[in-house]
Amino acid sequence: MNAPAAVATAHARTPALQAAWLVLSRDLRLAFRRPGEIVQPLLFFAIIATLFPLAITPEKSQLVVVAPGVVWVAELLASLLALEFLYREDAHDGSLEQFAISGQSLTGLLLAKSAAHWLLTGAPLAIMGPLAAWGFGAPTSSLPGVLLAVAIGSIALSLLGSIGAALTLGVRRSGVLLSVLTLPLTIPVLIFGARATQLAIEGSEFTAAAQLLGAMAVLGITLAPLAAAAAVRISLE
Amino acid sequence: MAWTWFHKLGSPPYVYKLAATLTPWFGWIAAALIAYGLIGGLVISPADYQQGEGYRIIYVHVPTAWMSLQVYVVMAVASAVALIWRMKVAHAAAAACGVMGATFAACALATGSLWGGPMWGTYWAWDPRIIFELVLLVQFLGYVGLRAAVDDTQRADRICAVLAIVGVINVPIIHFSVEWWNSLHQPASVMKLGSKPTMPLSMLMPLLSMFLGYVFLFAALLFMRLRAELLSRERSASWIRDLVRA
Repeated sequence: MNAPAAVATAHARTPALQAAWLVLSRDLRLAFRRPGEIVQPLLFFAIIATLFPLAITPEKSQLVVVAPGVVWVAELLASLLALEFLYREDAHDGSLEQFAISGQSLTGLLLAKSAAHWLLTGAPLAIMGPLAAWGFGAPTSSLPGVLLAVAIGSIALSLLGSIGAALTLGVRRSGVLLSVLTLPLTIPVLIFGARATQLAIEGSEFTAAAQLLGAMAVLGITLAPLAAAAAVRISLE
Repeated sequence: MAWTWFHKLGSPPYVYKLAATLTPWFGWIAAALIAYGLIGGLVISPADYQQGEGYRIIYVHVPTAWMSLQVYVVMAVASAVALIWRMKVAHAAAAACGVMGATFAACALATGSLWGGPMWGTYWAWDPRIIFELVLLVQFLGYVGLRAAVDDTQRADRICAVLAIVGVINVPIIHFSVEWWNSLHQPASVMKLGSKPTMPLSMLMPLLSMFLGYVFLFAALLFMRLRAELLSRERSASWIRDLVRA
């Protein structure tokens, strides 16, 4: 670990924003050292989306009806896949402990980690969303709307997921439990996300649903890191 | 001081004895209320003019569904109290709630399905309240699962407390988003309980009695489970040794 991100003494404490930026850039740098891991959720998304035409029908007129649901379920599953490792390595090598005793706000640092997680999985998946919708027969003019819905919704997903990842930090094989704990929390995002996507594909006004998604993202940004920080502190004891 | 009663609740032996004293009281009150509710609801009150005799399952179904939500709130409040005041007893109470809440939710789903069969013509519908109840059941089971997955009891307590609090914030959001989702997909074709304009007193009184009876039943069961929790958690404490010797 060549980036001692938030290790600072009480005498010369790094400003909070700078510390958060250090954590964010460290996480991005670590991820780009292993680009394979960034691509995996995208491949996962692509293969899930491919299974649906095979399972249902290649007829685009029928596929376009289920497109919003497929996009969002694939989005949920792919973002879950990456969550298990959100805190795991940092917990193993002790970085998480250093974050906790650094004198910085753990909440702020975890928010930075969630931001990195969104940039690494949420944002690339947001591009996959419209691509899949297009493949399912959505008109090209609707794709910016789909992109917007998936991009906003995935912010909320990253943050909700950070709570689940923090809660299951002390659990050995946490994958299934993480899904069982996180997926019920994501139901509102799924409902409004799929609705916004559906309206966008139909060419109707989707602002209201997108705004509700935005509200959930804001709620997630403000509250989720608090819960995640509390859970991380408990797991570190 | 006025707060002495609260501090006393932090002491396992005191709560153990208090729960032991209260259990029969709550149990018998529950038995009386439920007995009145069942006789009044199943025998005395008239059959519904739309649903006939089949409606009578509401005397079991509605209080169960309502209790499943109440248990979640109780669990979350106990968890918050436990985290804020570092109260071991409150952790034990929250732990006792998990399985009970799951049971209430499962019973609500089962009785609702039995009601839906003859009344709606289907045992399962994607109705918002059914989905909400199902999600609640999964949340209870997730809580129980997380508790079982963390080896250290103290850490499990505190981690699960965070989960219960996060969950209770999400419960209203899930509730309203599912309602909203439903208003888009299904026009109000499904018969709804709330849509009934008035309920005659002969139906209402047994129903209210069932509600109260379930509250007391839950309290009595909670006290019993709490005592079992305290016994297993404090098994090496001296007050339990005294208890066994006495």
